[in-house]
Formats: sequence, C-alpha cells, structure tokens
Amino acid sequence: MTDHNKRIDEATGTGLVGHEWDGIEELDTPLPRWWVYIFAATLVFAAGYVVAYPALPDTDGLTGWSSRGQLDQTLKAETSARAPRLDAIASTPIEALAANPQLMRSAIEGGRAAFKVNCVQCHGAGAAGSKGYPNLNDDDWLWGGDIAAIEYTLQHGIRSPGSGEARFSQMPAFADILSKAQIAQLVSHVQAISGQGKPSAAGAALFTENCVSCHGDAGKGMREQGAPNLTDGIWLYGCDRAALTQTISKARYGVMPHWEGRLPRVTIRMLAAYVHSLGGGEANPVAEPVTAAAEAATEVGADVGA
Amino acid sequence: MPATLAKSGGLFLAMVVALFAMTQAKDAAFAVHMAIMALAALIAAMAVMATANVTATLGRDESVYDDAPVRWGVIATTFWGVVGLLAGLFIALQLAWPVLNLGTEYTTFGRLRPLHTSAVIFAFGGNALLCTSFYVVQRTCRARLAFPSLARFVFWGYQLFIVLAATGYVLGVTEAKEYAEPEWYVDIWLTIVWVSYLIVFGGTVIKRREPHIYVANWFYLAFIITVAMLHLVNNLSMPVSLFGSKSYSAFAGVQDALTQWWYGHNAVGFFLTAGFLAMMYYFVPKQAERPVYSYRLSIIHFWSLIFLYIWAGPHHLHYTALPDWAQSLGMVFSIMLWMPSWGGMINGLMTLNGAWDKIRTDPIIRMMVLALAFYGMSTFEGPMMSIKSVNSLSHYTDWTIGHVHSGALGWNGMITFACMYYMAPRLWKRERLYSLRLINAHFWLVTAGIVFYTASMWVAGLTQGLMWREYGADGYLVNSFAETIAAIHPMFLLRAFGGSLYLAGALVFAWNIAMTIAGRIRKEAPMTETPYNPAADRPLPASTGALQPAE
Repeated sequence: MTDHNKRIDEATGTGLVGHEWDGIEELDTPLPRWWVYIFAATLVFAAGYVVAYPALPDTDGLTGWSSRGQLDQTLKAETSARAPRLDAIASTPIEALAANPQLMRSAIEGGRAAFKVNCVQCHGAGAAGSKGYPNLNDDDWLWGGDIAAIEYTLQHGIRSPGSGEARFSQMPAFADILSKAQIAQLVSHVQAISGQGKPSAAGAALFTENCVSCHGDAGKGMREQGAPNLTDGIWLYGCDRAALTQTISKARYGVMPHWEGRLPRVTIRMLAAYVHSLGGGEANPVAEPVTAAAEAATEVGADVGA
Repeated sequence: MPATLAKSGGLFLAMVVALFAMTQAKDAAFAVHMAIMALAALIAAMAVMATANVTATLGRDESVYDDAPVRWGVIATTFWGVVGLLAGLFIALQLAWPVLNLGTEYTTFGRLRPLHTSAVIFAFGGNALLCTSFYVVQRTCRARLAFPSLARFVFWGYQLFIVLAATGYVLGVTEAKEYAEPEWYVDIWLTIVWVSYLIVFGGTVIKRREPHIYVANWFYLAFIITVAMLHLVNNLSMPVSLFGSKSYSAFAGVQDALTQWWYGHNAVGFFLTAGFLAMMYYFVPKQAERPVYSYRLSIIHFWSLIFLYIWAGPHHLHYTALPDWAQSLGMVFSIMLWMPSWGGMINGLMTLNGAWDKIRTDPIIRMMVLALAFYGMSTFEGPMMSIKSVNSLSHYTDWTIGHVHSGALGWNGMITFACMYYMAPRLWKRERLYSLRLINAHFWLVTAGIVFYTASMWVAGLTQGLMWREYGADGYLVNSFAETIAAIHPMFLLRAFGGSLYLAGALVFAWNIAMTIAGRIRKEAPMTETPYNPAADRPLPASTGALQPAE
C-alpha cells in the first residue's frame, strides 16, 4: 500500500501498487464488480439456507425439513401404495396366481427387483447361472419347476444349514466305493446315455448297481432326490470326462440358502413368480378347485391392478 | 568434522534402531519397512561422510541461490509423474478388464489404487510443491535458502516417505483413510519431514531481503501449515504394537468419517489448490512478463479461500449418518467458496492483460492458460456438486472421478508441467529448453487426454446416477448394480484411452526435461521465449540495505 512511488502500467492504464519481487509487480486493479456481486449473492443464499434448513448444532430450519423426515415420508407413501398389491399377492394361494394376469404381472415385477438384489450374485443378472449355479431360464428343474415347488425351494433352500425343511439329498462320493477303472467305465456310460460316446456294457452294469435308485433306470433323474437328468445335455458341473470323473468320485454338494426369515413371505412368493416366468416354468401339477376365499382375494388383486 | 561425526553417528544409530525393530517385527510388512528405513539411514550416513567437505561449505555463498534441492525436485517430479500416471492407466484398465488384477493380492485394484492416488498427489504434486516453493521463496525473498542441510533432509526424507507409503500399499499396510493410507510410523516420519519443511521455508521468509512477503509465499505458508494440522489430526491413532504396522484411529464412527473428510477435502484445498495457486502466482507473471492483475483481489481471495475452505469437508458425507446440520454447513460453505476460488483464476488469467498474443506464440503460457481454465471449471463444478440435490445424483458415481481428474489433470498437471518447463533451463544454466515445439505436442496430447477422460466420466457418472434411481411402474428399482457397471463399460475404455494420451504427453515432457538437463538443443524453428537475466537471478547482498520498498 505504498503510494509514494505510484506508476501507471502502460498496457492496461492501471496503476501499479509499487511493490516488486524478482521483477514481479502488482496492478492496483479494483475487485471485479461481477465477482463482488456473485460472492455477495452466495453469502446471501448461504444465510437464507442456514435459516431455512438445519445448519447449526441441534437446531431445525424454518422449513422443518430433515433427511430422515424426507426418507420416512417417501417410504410411507411407497409402502402404502404397494400395500394393496402385496396383500393381494400374499393372500392368494400361489397356484392360483397365474389365474389373475394383473396380479401375476405385479408379482413378477416385484420378484424381478428382489432377484436383482438377492439372487444375481449366484444365478447371474440374466438368471442364466454358471458352473455350479443352475440356469433358471430353461425347463430343466432339479427339484421341480411348478410355481409352488419353486416357492418351496426359495423358502427352505437346498442343503441349507440351519433350515430343517431344506431340500436335501447327498450323492455318495464313489471314490470310496468303486475303483478308478470302474469310475472310468461309469463315466463312459454317462457319456453314452447323454449322446457323447459309445455304450459301455461294464459301465451300464455299474450304473444299474449303483445309480438307478436316484437317477432312474434310463438316467432321467428323480426330482424327489434332486437327482439330475443325465440324458438331456444340460450339465451343472460340466460333461467332459474330467468333470464327470470329479462328480462321481467326490460327489457334489451344491447349497442354496433358505430365504424364509430373511425376506418377507410376499417377496419370496414374488421371486417364485418371477423365476417361474423366466421361460421354463411348469404348470401346476394338479388343477385344484379354487376356493371362494382365494377367488375373493383374486378379485381384490384385480381391482388394485386395474 | 565433529558435525559430520555426529550426523553420521546419529544415522548409524538410527540404522541400528531400525534393524532392531525389524527383528522384533510382528508382521512382515513392518519388517520390510524397517529394513527400508535401515537402508535409507545407511545410505544417508555414507552420503554425509562422502560429502563431508562439501557440506562444510554449504550455506556459505550467500550470493547465489541454493538450487540443488530444486534440481533434484524437478527430476523427482518428472519421475513420479510418469510412475503415477502409469499406475493410473493400469488401474483404469483393471476396471475395464478385471483379469488384469493378475490374481495376486499385491496387484489388486484395492492396493494399486492408493498407489496411483498417492503417487500423483503426494509424489508428483508434492515434489512439484517442494521444489517450486524452494525456487520461489528464494527469488521472491531475494535470499538464499535457510538451513541448507535441513532442506536436503526435507527432500530425501520426503522421498523416503513416498517409498514407505508405496511399498506399504502393495504389501497391504493401510489405515483405510483415503489419501491418508500410510500407517502410524510412516505418519510420524512425515510429520518430522513436514516440520523441517516449515522451518526451512519459514526461515527463508524470515531472512528475506524484501520488505513485503509476496502473495505466492502466503499461499505456500498456508499450504504447509494447514497440511501439517490436517495430517496430525486425521492420523491420530493408537498402534497395536510398537513393532507392528497396525493401528486404530482415535476417532470412531461418524466422527472418524467427518475427521477424514475434513482432512480429505482440505488436502484438496490446501495441497492441490493453495499450494498450486502459489506456483501460479510466481510463474504466470514471470512467464508473461506482466504485473499481477489485482493486488486487492489477491488479498481478498486469499483470506476468503483460507477461511471458507476449511469448513466445506462435510459435503463429502451428504446423505450419510452425519447429522443434517453438518451436511448443510458443508454445502453452504462450499457454495460461498465459489468466488474465492475463482479469484485465483481471474488473477492468473487477467495477468495476461497486455500479453494475450502470447497464447498464440508461447507454448508455456498456453499451458498455463489451460491450467487456469480447468481450475475455473473444477472450482465451479465442485460447489455445484456440493448442492444436496445435485449430490444425490452424483454421489458415489464416476462423475466424482471425472471432477477430480478435470482438476488434477487439467489444473495440477498442466500448471506443474508449465513450471517445470520454466525452471529447467534456468536451473541447469541452459540456453533454452531442448524443444519448445515439443511442448506443443505435449499440450495437445494432454488436452485431448483430459477431454476423453472427463467427458467419458461425466457420461458414465450420469448413467450410473440415473440407472441407480430408476424405478418401474410398480415402484421397484429397475437395474441391478452389475447392470449399471455393464452399461458404463464403453466409458471405462474411453477413460483408459484418455489416460494413455495423457501419459503419452507426460512421456514427451519427461523426454524434453531429460534432454534439457543433458544440455541438448533441438534444431527447430524458434518460438517466443521469456528472456532470462542470470545477473538478476541471485540474492540481494546484505550491504544494499534491502529492507526498503524496491523500485
């Protein structure tokens, strides 16, 4: 702020402050007006915001807004909007869901959302599965593919620790039972019935002796045991000799968690509807007479859907 | 001689202590780090003994500036810049192709990401700040560096900190605090180095031969002092064992989060903004040969920036467990910060008043102008993103990554390159840079790189933000997280392409600096240069009675 040697910068016509450091001088330009005005405007906005919104310890703003309040409000609105649909889905027997297309569509949408959060980790975003995790788009079902069977699997899981009602079976590890040569013959037979190789008489005999109780005479599988169909060309763990040898020698023990207690009943039901809708869902096993109560519930759902 | 004995003896003692700690180590990483420290102490002891008669003369010749640490700093800045950008490109490719994690714990994204951020911020940026501050403080104070031995300790100690931090990340040593990952013993080491830095810088300011302290030095001081405070508070922690790498933070829960982002935000504010504005305030007027646009603006924007920045950290914790009132305060301080930030841009750009033609003719000025333009864009984007309703869309998306890189690549990178180009021929007493035309190639490579980088990340961020909040007719979320990642995969590829352009530019820069140091001059058509007067580039002798207003 030394004014005693004030000089004018020729290029800009502005005065120089008079200090100099290593050849650097400074102009005495006033603050740009627009800069001052915008700065002032941000200060005014800040003051207004502090009054309107909570901005000091343990105080509320004049608007009464709070992030928790906003969340509660949104959640309440969303919950009450969904409630009639969810109630209708929950109170409809699952076999009867398909009879009400609107309710079914609503259940599928809910299931799709829940699937993306809870199921994609194993079954993939497109539900196509991967090695060890079944593809849910095809019609090959280990434990049953009608909507009630799918719901049961979702509720109780497969070999899920902690669930007394989980679907359960255990293939023996044949490395302890058969010789390596015998296992090789069995592999040949399994490859033969799935159209991958020449028949093996010794393998067929071993199969009859050891495997038919679960996989059936023709190797077509048995859903009560969760035993896969070995003839359909769909494989959970691979079909080359190495994979089959591994499967027969050491067995497999795929686990799916039970969701009862972790997801609401209605969400599990919607998941079942979604998985059933993916393409391979089977019809209900026996057409049950629709009860009056269910019919009423269906109508409620239809109204809501409309 | 007794001083040399004491120093080397002390260093040998330090080596023995480090070796003892190594034998007692509770974990392998700590043992490796103690071995590195012991090795560093040994090398330092040998260097002290080998240069005994040289150090005896250090600090004697007050008629020339002490530029050795500055020269080392230019080399270190160039080296770490290339390393940091290479790491960045690699992790960008890892995001596009996860197979590049290579299946070992040492090469996973989680360990290499802090390696990248620390290498570019603290190794590249930190060395740029160290060496330019030593360069600028001497020249604007017209005084030789105070405490020359300590200045050398600061440089080498800081490099040791970088090595300890980088090896720690790869070995899995982390405090899990973003930009403050190094563990307690590395933090203590950095504290010692940083206090020494303050002593050297402050000592030089005190012995100045100019009546006033130049604005660049206010910014450097604010940067050094605030970073010391941030570093100390955020790293308060209790080691599990004196011989182990693990420690626990003094803070817990949301207090820890707030402390962390008070630190993280002000690391941006005082390391990457205040410190680099200091560089701008010296090198832009020097290169443009123009007076600084407005002295008044420099005062007002300095103090408003310093005062407002420190409160804005909570905007990193919008929509979290942090109480609403703290979030609101963080937001309003961020908005008020807009004009104080822009004060630096105005003062930088408008300094070219009367020299605008140099943008066409002077490639270094062009680089500085683009740096300031990116500074302006980032400091507008930041306050905008701090507004809660904008943040609800941008938070946790790649928009944040784009924002950070428009500032880091555009502002910090470009201004650093420009300053290195300015200093290199002067520090090594060369006629001029190896090539001014290569600066042009560098300029266009990095500019195109930034455009690809930021544009792809904006698109990716908006895509993520919109997909995350997309609801179907029944009120259910439409997309799974994996689907949003699949959607932005093309943007990941474009980002990596932009990063490789920027790295290519940095390699051109490194080549230019290396050839300049080697004393080569490229045969090329001449371009505008800023004249250099070696006679004026020296401290004012004490006899001139310098504490008078200069002419």
